[in-house]
Amino acid sequence: MQKILFTLLILFVSQLAQAKLEIEIIQGNVSALPIAIIPLQWRSADPPPQTGVAEVISSDLYRSGLFDPLEERDMVDRPVDAESIRYGTWRLLKVDYLVIGEVRDAPGGTGYDIVYQLFDVHTQEALLSQITTVGLGDLRFGAHRVADAIYEKLTGVPGAFSTRIAYISATGTGNDQNYQLFVADADGFNPQAVVGSPEPLLSPSWSPDGQRLAYVSFEKGNSAIYVQSVSTGQRELVSSGKGINGAPAFSPDGRYMAMTLSSTGNPEIFIRDLTTGQKRQLTQHWAIDTEAAWAPDSQSLYFTSDRGGKPQIYRLPVAGGNPSRVTLEGEYNARATISPDGSRIAMAHGRGNEYRIAVLDTDTGRMRILTPGVLDESPSFAPNGSMILYATREGDRGVLSAVSVDGNVRQRLILTEGDVREPAWSPVIR
Amino acid sequence: MNTTWRVLLALVIAVSISACKTTEPAPDTTTPDTTETKPATDVTTAAAPDPRDYTDARNFDNSESLLSKRVIYFDFDKSEVKAEYRPIVAAHAAYVSSHRSARVTLEGHADERGTREYNLGLGERRGNAISGLLSAAGAMGSQLDTVSYGEERPVCRVSDENCWSQNRRVEIVYTAR
Repeated sequence: MQKILFTLLILFVSQLAQAKLEIEIIQGNVSALPIAIIPLQWRSADPPPQTGVAEVISSDLYRSGLFDPLEERDMVDRPVDAESIRYGTWRLLKVDYLVIGEVRDAPGGTGYDIVYQLFDVHTQEALLSQITTVGLGDLRFGAHRVADAIYEKLTGVPGAFSTRIAYISATGTGNDQNYQLFVADADGFNPQAVVGSPEPLLSPSWSPDGQRLAYVSFEKGNSAIYVQSVSTGQRELVSSGKGINGAPAFSPDGRYMAMTLSSTGNPEIFIRDLTTGQKRQLTQHWAIDTEAAWAPDSQSLYFTSDRGGKPQIYRLPVAGGNPSRVTLEGEYNARATISPDGSRIAMAHGRGNEYRIAVLDTDTGRMRILTPGVLDESPSFAPNGSMILYATREGDRGVLSAVSVDGNVRQRLILTEGDVREPAWSPVIR
Repeated sequence: MNTTWRVLLALVIAVSISACKTTEPAPDTTTPDTTETKPATDVTTAAAPDPRDYTDARNFDNSESLLSKRVIYFDFDKSEVKAEYRPIVAAHAAYVSSHRSARVTLEGHADERGTREYNLGLGERRGNAISGLLSAAGAMGSQLDTVSYGEERPVCRVSDENCWSQNRRVEIVYTAR
């Protein structure tokens, strides 16, 4: 009984969550892999969830742009096991891959087992045969895990569906403003407010273990940097000196936090040793130096500086030395973010009154504009490097969009309320 | 025919007179002449502060005084204080340097274009530009504080130049007079 009540509560909460964000594909991919995720059989005594596990898997794969899942109404057959698959039927439907399975109570009754198999319709071979065990309220998470496994099996790249995103939402006007830092699933569902304030919040940044968020809050009247645990809510004030305390960024090795401080009179990049708390100043220039982003090896930093007259991206070894200019094209390049393999740098690229997300290939030096604008900013790579989440505007409000790194697939995540901005995609949470 | 012309002529004259009226500057009630013809308001006018006396705190609420103007506007991605705003800054410098208990916070802001953290830097640079002028004109460093809100606190939320120009600003906020 308790379990049923709990399940109902979860259903209720997840319905509320579903009212918050909707996802829409703006531009698709013609070469997407055709796949059919057969609705998994519900073998638990609990009532089944409103949104089925198969539906969550299908929409994950669809959103990646690399898959073209068959719609449920077009499924003429619903095999329950390997023996009942009629491959000819699926070949006629031009489906290349098939997923079947069931959800049953996990041994001990504390959760569910998602039991599934992935078949190649042409070779009739089982490519995956697995059980994913999740807690009572975690069926959606379990579905994301399954989608990750299917994605990795068929593309060779680990999936990023079971990760999370953080973003800032502002509601109200004038003196009634309210800012909230949210953490949601990567598909925008299940948003949880981590912190709220009547004063501006900005620049959320994940710790490399995905357990903590650094952010900037104006709750004390001036900018200050906090680090907060996502699960416990416990937080620590990291920097609240005179002037700007901004742009926090954890190093990928977890040892340092880069930040922008203007205690010296104008904004400079500092790094703080997270063990000793000691700070070291890395830049020294009259220009605005800010928005530090770490290279994956934690050995160098990219940052925005207008030392050349206009904001451009520069690179600086953490050990010391002179910054070298990275962006050579365009009048305004700022807020760099580095792909997990270091091969690409995404940034806000401004021309006249239009700001778009551009990606610079670090090997060829080629710059490519990925988004239509006109006020696109805050790019953030998925932990598998496949997509970039960014902030854009629709009318007078902010929304989040994601674009594949080749620019072929764009999707929009709409928060139905408020001005949404500054998305940050979490690392893979193990 | 003759009457038609007369009517037309009368119309033209009437239209041009009303056109003249609408393009005239606002009625000259602010000139001393007007107050002389209204003896009833003479007493309050005499007691009102000289709008050019920038050491008089009453001028903060006197729309004729530069002390009542406390927002300075900037060009895109710029922090130079334009000539038209320098008299306003000078007026506040005169007040602050003559009232050592006065405290001022310079709140720097940017428009929505460009990135948020860079705009925090830009807002601070604008605040520092005003702070520097106030210091140069006699204000003490301990009386001045700069806070940048970047693009986080717009006064106008439409994505066009008219709105952006209102958001690129420094607000001179007196925390003590």
